[in-house]
Amino acid sequence: MDKDIKKKSTTPRGKSNAKKIPLDKIFQAITFTACLGVILLLGFIIFKLFMESSLSVDKFGFKFITSMEWDPVNGEFGAGAYIFGTIVSSLIAILIATPVSVGIALYLTEIAPPWLSTPVGFLVELLAAIPSVIYGLWGIFVFVPFIRQYIQKPIGDLFGWIPLFSGPPLGIGMLSAGLILAIMIIPIITAISRDIISSVPTLQREGAMALGATRWEVIKYATLPFAKSGILGGIILGMGRALGETMAVTMVIGNRPEIKASLFAPAHSMAAVIANEFTEATDDIYLSALIEVGLLLFLVTFIMNGLARFFIWSVARGPKGGIRQ
Amino acid sequence: MEKVIQVNDVKAWYGSLQTLKGISLEISKNRVTAIIGPSGCGKSTFIRCLNRMHEVVPGAKVEGKILINKTDIYSTQVDPVEIRRRIGMVFQKPNPFPTMTIYNNVASGLKLNGVNNKKVLGEAVEKSLRRAALWDEVKDRLNHSGMSLSGGQQQRLCIARALAVEPDILLMDEPASALDPISTLRIEELVQELKQQYTIVIVTHNMQQAARISDYTAFFLNGEIIEYDITENIFTKPKDKRTEDYITGRFG
Repeated sequence: MDKDIKKKSTTPRGKSNAKKIPLDKIFQAITFTACLGVILLLGFIIFKLFMESSLSVDKFGFKFITSMEWDPVNGEFGAGAYIFGTIVSSLIAILIATPVSVGIALYLTEIAPPWLSTPVGFLVELLAAIPSVIYGLWGIFVFVPFIRQYIQKPIGDLFGWIPLFSGPPLGIGMLSAGLILAIMIIPIITAISRDIISSVPTLQREGAMALGATRWEVIKYATLPFAKSGILGGIILGMGRALGETMAVTMVIGNRPEIKASLFAPAHSMAAVIANEFTEATDDIYLSALIEVGLLLFLVTFIMNGLARFFIWSVARGPKGGIRQ
Repeated sequence: MEKVIQVNDVKAWYGSLQTLKGISLEISKNRVTAIIGPSGCGKSTFIRCLNRMHEVVPGAKVEGKILINKTDIYSTQVDPVEIRRRIGMVFQKPNPFPTMTIYNNVASGLKLNGVNNKKVLGEAVEKSLRRAALWDEVKDRLNHSGMSLSGGQQQRLCIARALAVEPDILLMDEPASALDPISTLRIEELVQELKQQYTIVIVTHNMQQAARISDYTAFFLNGEIIEYDITENIFTKPKDKRTEDYITGRFG
């Protein structure tokens, strides 16, 4: 009796399965190929960068990273100043953009009425669509003179004795680059934070509210803890953009490969030097050095991402015991 | 019998949809009052009006008068945040704060009230967890995540969180609807114990539950109160035909 039922019930199901399998297989194959394609492409890029930079790697070795000397005429290359410029300008950008972006996102989701939050949210996203060369031009003609006149001069007058703010107020330099980058990544971090914050369950907010939380306390107890890891993810994306940004940075950073303590001093970045000098690089060793800068930019982005992810993991893993479904 | 909550002609809206059409009733101290009725009859709206949680939904509006301990909670001089601090609320689904430990979940209400003394907090956390019948299960892992508990335990954690601030009144919005039968039974037993000290208003779509645990029952239909009486009367000799139809399962 039991066997009969089993036979009857399994046969039709087996049949329909047999029909489904080819489609499933095809779908799997397509998605797998797409995924594999990206990985192969990435592998190929890294391989190519390794190959093309081998001349410079062999000649300068580890000194390439620590040395600040970049002298194409004498064939001496060291990328220290570029690495420094890329990392510091990105960190300035993150430090400024994060509070501003999270503030905008919280205002748009928690405080602003809908007739205001929708258009403002749209405008912020529009900022992300502006080409970086426009940011650069605006930076040179509007932003840099403003920074020089109204930020660097007064700060330099008051705090010029601190190395961080020493030197002549040139306008162009590390600070301007960091600020331009901050403006460029604010829309990214804002858009992601806003989506994450608005996906915090109402039940969480109401839980805090029912305990007698004020608007700020609801944000502090329910919204931000819940959205924390998502917001940090948005910050990582913003940082990725800042690390790789080329055009706007090269237009305002001053393009001088030096490491200075002062935020007002001109600096340089890895992406900027590649873009600026690629056409001039006629020697093999010059070209190879530039490609090694590219490889290092890859590496720096990778390491910064890794560090940021470790940071997220350590702050967002929450208390012991994990989550039970 | 002392009346803790006096509700007089309360009307409520979500946007243009009127969900309460003039509710008047009085709720007795240290008793369990159940609100029953089909989905969409306004029972959840009603208890959300009692701690001014209804108005936090965009477009929501309340009219009428609610006195709690003789204070008009909708008076302009009253801060809704203060009202919510004095009234505990438990929701349909357990909602512990996921990034907090069990301890901090229970302590969160007190911390919101400005209590920072470790000793006071520790005592309050233990007392609340004991009252919520959860202490024995979690006492060795107070520093674990609130989310590491089972659904029923999480709901009792939320009850403990609500009790920690020593409210007089506990509002429960279908507290067992997302739980399995055993967890439901534990919550029901808990409600029976808690009524010694608290006035409990519980919304439920489960009529057997209302019959088991409540002293008074109000039957809501389409935003109106059809019948409000001692629970026994509602379930054995309802006066209104619609109440009878509902409790005998003819609709809803």
